[in-house]
Formats: sequence, structure tokens, C-alpha cells
Amino acid sequence: MSKTIQEIQEEIVDEFAMFDDWMQRYEYMIELGKALPLIDEKYKIDENLIKGCQSKVWVHAELEDEKLVFTADSDAIITKGIVAILIRAFSNHHPSAIIEANTKFIDDIGLKEHLSPTRANGLVSMIKQLKMYAVAYQTQLN
Amino acid sequence: MSIATNNIAFNVEEIRKDFPILNREVNGYPLVYLDNAATSQTPKQVMDAIVDYYSNYNANIHRGVHSLSQEATDKYEGARKKIQQHFNAEKTHEIIFTSGTTHGINLVASGFASILKKGDEIWVSALEHHSNIVPWQMLCEKTGAILKVIPMNEQGELIYESFEELLSEKTKMVFLNHVSNALGTINPIKKIIDKAHEKGAAVLIDGAQAAPHIKADVQALDVDFYVVSAHKMCGPTGVGVLYGKEEWLNKLPPYQGGGEMIATVSFEKTTYAELPHKFEAGTPNICGGIAFGAAIDYMNAIGFEAIARYEEELLDYATIKLQEIEGMKLYGTSREKTAVISFNIESLHPYDIGTLLDKMGIAVRTGHHCAQPIMDFYKIPGTVRASFSFYNTKEEINRFIEAVKKAKSMLS
Repeated sequence: MSKTIQEIQEEIVDEFAMFDDWMQRYEYMIELGKALPLIDEKYKIDENLIKGCQSKVWVHAELEDEKLVFTADSDAIITKGIVAILIRAFSNHHPSAIIEANTKFIDDIGLKEHLSPTRANGLVSMIKQLKMYAVAYQTQLN
Repeated sequence: MSIATNNIAFNVEEIRKDFPILNREVNGYPLVYLDNAATSQTPKQVMDAIVDYYSNYNANIHRGVHSLSQEATDKYEGARKKIQQHFNAEKTHEIIFTSGTTHGINLVASGFASILKKGDEIWVSALEHHSNIVPWQMLCEKTGAILKVIPMNEQGELIYESFEELLSEKTKMVFLNHVSNALGTINPIKKIIDKAHEKGAAVLIDGAQAAPHIKADVQALDVDFYVVSAHKMCGPTGVGVLYGKEEWLNKLPPYQGGGEMIATVSFEKTTYAELPHKFEAGTPNICGGIAFGAAIDYMNAIGFEAIARYEEELLDYATIKLQEIEGMKLYGTSREKTAVISFNIESLHPYDIGTLLDKMGIAVRTGHHCAQPIMDFYKIPGTVRASFSFYNTKEEINRFIEAVKKAKSMLS
């Protein structure tokens, strides 16, 4: 049985809890960003760009066995780290689970400042985009 | 702390006491504010003027017969006078209060819609802020005029020769900034104004980035329009001025209709008020205008020469220190520039650097700085921009440099 979104989020929160200060948290995020699997270049197109980010973020989604799989990339490494965290939590789940998932864990891992809708990195836009994909694919499954 | 400055009278520690915000912490570190080109901080003398206005003589101006209204009118018009003197305008009514530089530009652009004809040419420079590109593009769409661009070189300087060569009798207007917001380049505006006048074209100079560093003399420049914002020069946001030569301001139609800007109104015909009120429809930002006057007083008390000298020291110091960092690339290396440094390190994204600097309490601007054509020229998504003011110190620059090094090592 694979883990639920909730379980993965708790796991991520636990990992971040090991760090004492912001620098370690950001270093870890940068590491996660570097480790994000490469997106297929053909998906780095304008339609997959998320608006509202100062850096470019591409997110692609496709359905595999009723599960939504996300791949992404960004030209900024911290943004890439943030999107990597989101993908780890949300990718490979049924669209309905993605739609229902809450995002409180972002707060819990000390990235609350990135949640402001006016923040240039567009974390809010990223979450919205992932959920939009889920809604779109959910309608396909119905 | 002693600052090695040629100007003994300039005491940065004393000056810093005027800026309460400089004492605050950001993310657990003392704030180092290096985003002065976006907006400057406010000295308590200016805050006092704001508090004084609301505490003692808040009233609508120009209309009331009562004493408060008269006092407010006197202070507001007094501020106009101060601004006139500061920019050495010939007449007080050549100073129009606006909501800021963008408003001033739009006011002039809108007025020129009735003057321009199809096929006329208007020029902007490659170094412009979007606010000095978009209104003119809109104007061209409306009138059929053609937009031409003064090109720039690798150092971020305008190529004057191209302008000189292509300027023609068809040219009706030229618009450029005095100082580039993204790179800090000081443009050779006097040369451009004179050349444009030879062909009978009017010139508008966007002085938003110059005003905090250079005291422009509009008569000596012989410029037709000069626009500034108060908030870049220690004043509040939401207020600025448009200087225009009287003959031009008389020629342009009013920008907005409303109270204040009329002489008589009937349903058959409305006659417009005299300058400057013709362009000041509605109740203005009274407090803002008065506070702008206080800001001008504050900066003049320190002295623009002293400010320029000190900022140049900061700029030189920061430039040398930054260049010691491996992989550092500076954009805008003109010898004539204000205290602005735009840079990237290797292929690191400016956003990443800016985010980490913020975590260390250092405020810089990242991105395209509303000057995408410049970024396209250099083929980069943006830069990190540190912009210095007379209240910054070398110690702050040291902290900035250390933070940049730390960010680089974290990101590489």
C-alpha cells in the first residue's frame, strides 16, 4: 500500500524538523531542487508555465493508472526545491485525493513566508495549478 | 564608527538617526536596505510634516474661507514653491502636482494625442522603464505615429550617434530617463535635448531615478518636461511633480475633468482654470505635497553635492568588493552612473540570490526591474540590483558582500 498524501506530508515535516535554522532548511530545499528528476524538454512550453512567478516554473501532468503524475522544472533552484516538495507530496495519487489534500504542511516546514499570495515565487499559484490539473483529470475519470 | 569620506561635514551616523526604520531587524538580522532605487526610506522630519498636517491643519485647499483651509493652502502652495526652486523652474505654475512619475508621463502622452499626426516620429531610449515605453506605444497606436528607439551598447550607455543620425524633421517628441533604473547609467540628456530642439521636437525627461542623486536645473537643461516621484527622494508614495514649460502646458489639453481644474462650468461650455490647476483635477494629495516639500528641504539641508560624493564612495567600494567574487558579472558599467549595481553570478538565478539575501536581512531588488528590453539586450531573465543611498554605510556593504558570498556558496 503506497503512502497517502497526508503521510508523505508528515514525513516531509519530520525531515524539516531536524534543522535548527533557516540556512539548513534552505540548503535542504536547494538539494531537493537539484535532485528533482528532469522534465521532458518537450513539456517546457509556455502552456505549462505557471504565471505569477518571478522565476519560470513548468509543470506537466499526465495520468497513469488513474494516478496523476507530475513533472516540473524551474530556472531558479529554490523555486525548484519548492516545486520538488509539492511534487513529492502530490504526485502519483488519484486526482480526487489531490483535490482534497490540504497544504498546511508548507506552514509546518517553516516556509510559511512563501505562502503569501503576493510572494514572487508563486507557491500559491503552483498549488493552484496542481489542483487544477487534478480537477481536469478527475472529470476525465468520471 | 568613522567613515572615510572627503566631506567632513557628512556624518552618516547622525543622518541614520533620522531614519527609524534603519534600526529594525529583518529575519533576525539588522536590516540592510539596498533597494533605494525602488523607494527611499523616510526621515522623521518628513514623518513629522505628515503628522503635523493631520494633527493641526487638515482641510481641503483652495476653496475654503476658513482658517484651516487657508493654512493648508499656504503650506501646499509653499511646497510647490520649494519644488520650483529646487528644480529651478522659472515659474511656480510650471510645477504640476501628480501622483508620481507615471502619472506625469501619462498626462503628457495623453496631451500629445491631439498634437501628433500619422507618420510623425517619437523617440524613446533602450534604457527605459516600462512606464516610459507603454504610454508612448499607446500613443502611437492612437495617432499612427512611429516609435523609434535610441539603442544602447554593452556598457549600458545610449549610442548618441545613432540618435543623431536618424533624428529628422518628422521627430516630434523624445522621451528618456535621466538615469536608468535598472543599470544606473546617467544619460547625456543635455546633448539629446539640444539636438532634439534643433529639429523642433519636444523632450520629456523621466527624472525618477536621477532626483535622489542629482539636482536637475530645468532651465539650464532647457528641458520641456521633467517628471519625478517624491518617494524616491525621501518623500511619501503617491505624489510627484511634472515640470513643464509654460508654453507647453498651455498647449496641452487638460488630462482629467473634475473640480479644481475649471474656471466656469455650464452645460454649454466649461472654461478651464489657469495653470497649474488645469492639470490638478479633484482634491489633490495635500499632505503628500507638503511632505514632498519637507523631503526636498531635508535633502537640501544635507546637500546634493555631499550626497553625490558620499554615494560615489559607496558605489566604488561596493563595485570593487563585488568584483572580487568569482563569476561576478556587472551590468551597466558606464563611467557616468549613480549608486546602482546590477549583477548576476555565473548562471545563478537572481531570484535565488535575492531570496537568500532577504533571509540574511538584506533588501535588494531582483528581476527585470520593469525594463525588459534591457534584459533582452543582455539575454538574461533579470539581475540582482543593489541601490545605495546616502544613509547606507560601508559596514552595510561589507555585510551585503558577505551575504552574497554565502548565497553563492549555498547555491553553487
